[in-house]
Amino acid sequence: MSEKLFVKGNEAVAMAAIEAGCRYYFGYPITPQSDIPEYLSRELPRLGGEFIQAESEIASINMLLGASATGVRCMTSSSGPGISLKQEGISYMAGSELPGVIVDIMRQGPGLGGIDASQADYFQATRGGGHGGYRIIVLAPNSVQEMYDLTMLAFDLSDIYRIPAMVLADSVIGQMKESITANPRPAVVVPEKTWAVRGRAEEAPQNVVKSLKLGDGEMEAFHWALHARYQELGEKESRWEEYLTDDAELIVTAFGSTSRIARTSVEAARNAGFKVGLLRPITLFPFPKQAYAALSRKCKRFLVMELSTGQMVDDVHLSVARDVEVGFYGRPPGAGSLPTPEELFEQIEKAYNN
Amino acid sequence: MRHDVFIAGYGGQGVLLAGNLLSYAAIHEDKNVSFFPAYGVEKRGGSAMCTVVFSDGDTGSPVVGHPSVSIILNQLSFDKYAAKVRQGGICIVNSTLVKCDGVDLPDVNLVQVPMNQLALDLGDVRMVNMLACGAYAGKTGALALPSLEEALKKALPERNHRLIPANIAAIRAGAAAVQG
Repeated sequence: MSEKLFVKGNEAVAMAAIEAGCRYYFGYPITPQSDIPEYLSRELPRLGGEFIQAESEIASINMLLGASATGVRCMTSSSGPGISLKQEGISYMAGSELPGVIVDIMRQGPGLGGIDASQADYFQATRGGGHGGYRIIVLAPNSVQEMYDLTMLAFDLSDIYRIPAMVLADSVIGQMKESITANPRPAVVVPEKTWAVRGRAEEAPQNVVKSLKLGDGEMEAFHWALHARYQELGEKESRWEEYLTDDAELIVTAFGSTSRIARTSVEAARNAGFKVGLLRPITLFPFPKQAYAALSRKCKRFLVMELSTGQMVDDVHLSVARDVEVGFYGRPPGAGSLPTPEELFEQIEKAYNN
Repeated sequence: MRHDVFIAGYGGQGVLLAGNLLSYAAIHEDKNVSFFPAYGVEKRGGSAMCTVVFSDGDTGSPVVGHPSVSIILNQLSFDKYAAKVRQGGICIVNSTLVKCDGVDLPDVNLVQVPMNQLALDLGDVRMVNMLACGAYAGKTGALALPSLEEALKKALPERNHRLIPANIAAIRAGAAAVQG
């Protein structure tokens, strides 16, 4: 095993992108993710890659689209306000079936908001974000190690399914430093990008990458094909983690930073004699419905925790059995709104004894 | 065993470097480590704080509401955070800058170390954070002094490695100050 490194979550994303073979980055600075472009601006040129700080977020997402169309691995990153600006380009990428990794280190909103941790971009991320009816792969790391591992996974899944992939975290996970192992790129077989626009000289037929589909029935067929791919994603790529769920009478469920805090609260609840477990979705799209369905057949009480007034809670409702009671505890983002393990323990105690 | 320590002071006292040093020392001892800096719009002279959690197993929450050990370097932080130390915990205070006479912290071991004074005695007031780390290791035994000394190589940029002996002296002075 290689030596343990001590790095920020944002740095881990940048390191993993390089390990995954990404050599092209396009972005525009915004707190709390600027460590990512900072790192890549230093390292990519040394590796023969390109780092471009574009004139805007809109330019950078369209550069990502262009680079991806040539078949290379490429990435952009931003936070709420910038991710909103990128939505048009993400929609075009989805329509053009282009892979590409988009990192969103969430901050408060709406509007300019503030820089504290937030999970209020869950809907924007998991519902596609832009126009036209599409989804993107959304991965939710809850540690610096996962920032590293899931960034590499994002590149692989995005290439395999030809769907843009997002790494969705917040300023807690982005700014904290943890000891990690910089694992080598996993051996994943990724299909050859025969569709890429690389200049094929006299070879025919010509490749065209576009989202305009005007032929009779062409767009409808495209939507059904995408739909089928989303179904396949759900079946094959849903990822989650269960902690002490076996005999649980209450399932706490949270993603990202909140799941880290909640895990300690669940541990405390166990020490207090409460049969409580934690279910943490790692993929937010596809949402691991199967895990919720299975657990809800034996455990009838769920408690959802989020740094918002409630978004993932909707997906939990859609995934659990009908006779399950779903409670919610949220702390909308803002300075001083980060819950402590003690605070979440109180909520667990209340729900458990209710 | 899981350890957590909260460090607070004002910007410039080396709070984040202290947190980094303890983190690297814990990694040196093969622990898993989580270092969570307060991340806000603070500027120099404002408040600075961080939480370090280290463990043989899972580090759990990087956010800690009631720390088992707090290191408090200035009055403002003491007034704000001393009461949060958990029952049975330890509060290590820079008593040169913090007046804690008459403050009642029930069931908390209040350890007063005149860090600014000791740092001046060593010839450099910037050693306050190193004294604090030494006092932490000396008082809790959670990390060994040689690990802290080894960690200096990682926590300090190469250009400052010539200052490692002076930092080691400060770490040892901090540990000595809490003995007996």
